[in-house]
Amino acid sequence: MASAAAGSQAAGKSRKPERKVRILIGKPGLDGHDRGAKIIARALRDAGFEIIYTGLHQTPEMIVNAAAQEDVDGIGLSILSGAHNYLLPRIIAMLKAKKMGDVVVFGGGIIPDEDIPKLRKKGVDRVFTPGTTLQEIVAYVRERVRPRK
Amino acid sequence: MYDKKRTRKISEDRKRWEAESLGKTLKRSPERLSRFSTVSDEEIGALYTPDLLEGFDYGKELSFPGEYPYTRGVQPSMYRGRLWTMRQFAGYGSAEDTNGRFKYLLEQGQTGLSTAFHFPTLMGYDSDSPRARGEVGKCGVAIDSLKDMEILFAGIPLDRVTTSMTINGPAAMIFAMYLAVAEKQGASFDKLGGTIQNDILKEYIAQHAWIFPPEPSMRIITDILGYCAERVQKWNTISISGYHIREAGSTAVQELAFTIADGIAYVKAGVEAGVPVDKFAPRLSFFFNAHMDFFEEVAKYRAARRMWARIMKVRFKAKDENSWKLRFHTQTAGCTLTAQQPQNNIARVALQALSAVLGGTQSLHTNSMDETLALPTEHAATVALRTQQIIADESGAANSIDPLGGSFFVERLTGEMEKKAMAYIEKIDDMGGMVAAIKRGYPQREIADAAFHHQRLVDAREKKIVGVNCYKMEENLPIPILKIDESVEKMQVERTRQVRAKRNAKRVKSRIDALKDASLSNANLMPVLLDAVREYATLGEVCDALRETMGTYTDPAMF
Repeated sequence: MASAAAGSQAAGKSRKPERKVRILIGKPGLDGHDRGAKIIARALRDAGFEIIYTGLHQTPEMIVNAAAQEDVDGIGLSILSGAHNYLLPRIIAMLKAKKMGDVVVFGGGIIPDEDIPKLRKKGVDRVFTPGTTLQEIVAYVRERVRPRK
Repeated sequence: MYDKKRTRKISEDRKRWEAESLGKTLKRSPERLSRFSTVSDEEIGALYTPDLLEGFDYGKELSFPGEYPYTRGVQPSMYRGRLWTMRQFAGYGSAEDTNGRFKYLLEQGQTGLSTAFHFPTLMGYDSDSPRARGEVGKCGVAIDSLKDMEILFAGIPLDRVTTSMTINGPAAMIFAMYLAVAEKQGASFDKLGGTIQNDILKEYIAQHAWIFPPEPSMRIITDILGYCAERVQKWNTISISGYHIREAGSTAVQELAFTIADGIAYVKAGVEAGVPVDKFAPRLSFFFNAHMDFFEEVAKYRAARRMWARIMKVRFKAKDENSWKLRFHTQTAGCTLTAQQPQNNIARVALQALSAVLGGTQSLHTNSMDETLALPTEHAATVALRTQQIIADESGAANSIDPLGGSFFVERLTGEMEKKAMAYIEKIDDMGGMVAAIKRGYPQREIADAAFHHQRLVDAREKKIVGVNCYKMEENLPIPILKIDESVEKMQVERTRQVRAKRNAKRVKSRIDALKDASLSNANLMPVLLDAVREYATLGEVCDALRETMGTYTDPAMF
């Protein structure tokens, strides 16, 4: 992810240093299970990403406002309460309304396999199910999420 | 058996065994792993011998079931007199749905009720709150008002069945509704038996279903302690819980230590609020996890009993022996269940349940195989209940009391866990107690660190999980799972609107005003809450009133 330092004349070109990818990890709804969200936030931070963790009990509005304020490139949403079919599409719709439809939204928690195709159609890029390793998630974010500007 | 002379001889013989017999074998064929450890990553030795218990005093460390320090059990006849209560946590959809599941489980042989509420109820919101969108009936039963509570317990005599309710932030409100239902049934309060979880400290630490900040929450709890000491004397006022602390990722020792430390905080608070310790301590109860490492769990339960007895007798100088007895419920560890090959979970739950029985639990919930995917289907819940019945009636585990007592391994492990847990408790005491420790983020950070450490071990395959990081399979046979229809939300929203439309609005308003006033004074809130819920004030309305006067708590969002 490193790039040539500003001012390097090595190849006769200069390149703007790519800023750190910024990821918001959010807990939408009333679900209080944050073990996974915290572990993922930590792993991504250790992997070099800029992490904003919203904490619990976030409404879709709160998440989208935080994402806008923090100018994030990706949003990871953790939800184990069964309310994913309402909350995730709502968040995506609000992001689109704020011209943030290019923010990569991924999710995980307790989301039955049969709900995943619908969520993907609505704009959730990837859903991580129980048993996923941290390596998989870090690799996904590295591969998939780029600075928006 | 454990005096110095004899154990020295055994120690020498042991060294000879290690050098010669074992040594010879290991040269040919080394041990499978470089380190053997529990799921909490505590190292375990190859062999435990009496020399590891030098100076062990049976009378002081163990004694007899039903006698201080209760290591072998809180009750003299234990399961030979009466089996543990089979109490399956249940709740989904509407009050009618859950009433049906309650009756089904009782018909199938469970011996007590346990109620799971949906997230809006857990957080003190009505089903028509904007916060409740998408959540109604998904994780438990929707209870917005006394009307729902009446339906939930319809046909169930509250003076003859004991009920546990997993409710914390709004525990007092839901408890008031339960009492109001009992009243309507003509059941007198002194006959009511059951438990409200009502353990707010572990909410800040682990489960995170709070409403108000710590100080007003503790006030509500001491109000409940005082009220029940006079009016509902068979009721377990708090289920001081380690289950959720463990689910959040703590080690077994942390689960033990933080739970006991929470208990210490409640006893202190009760005494400081003016309720004499022996008036409420006998009705404090506990709730532990039954996790994957069999012997670590058995040792944990035994250590818990011994620790609490010593703390209550020596530190708090309780005089009533019932104040010294740690009675507990156990639930098998949800976090150990896998989505992959879900039927393997039946085996996991069986082993976990057995550890709780061999640990002397008073009541037990066994998880269903499908719970990584959804709430239990009727079939899966039945298999879980049958697991307990097989342990009770087929395995012989209940034939003799504390059958693992005296095992060199188990006694050594019990002692080590007690020592390590006491070290945590001393640390928390030095911080000024659990409330202060929570405000500093201490237990939360310990848990987050332990959870992260464990995940690293799992990802590196140093801790095996069958079907997940070993013995994986291509699975093409999904098992049927419970689905909560979206119509539940519609129905519930309409029901609550009708409740509000039909009640006496003036009386509700005056009760809510009285509640606000009472919360700003030293009055006991329980009678005031009862007045309000009798008039069909909704949970959201009552909680909103107290949010105004007591404030709200926000997640510090540390990771």
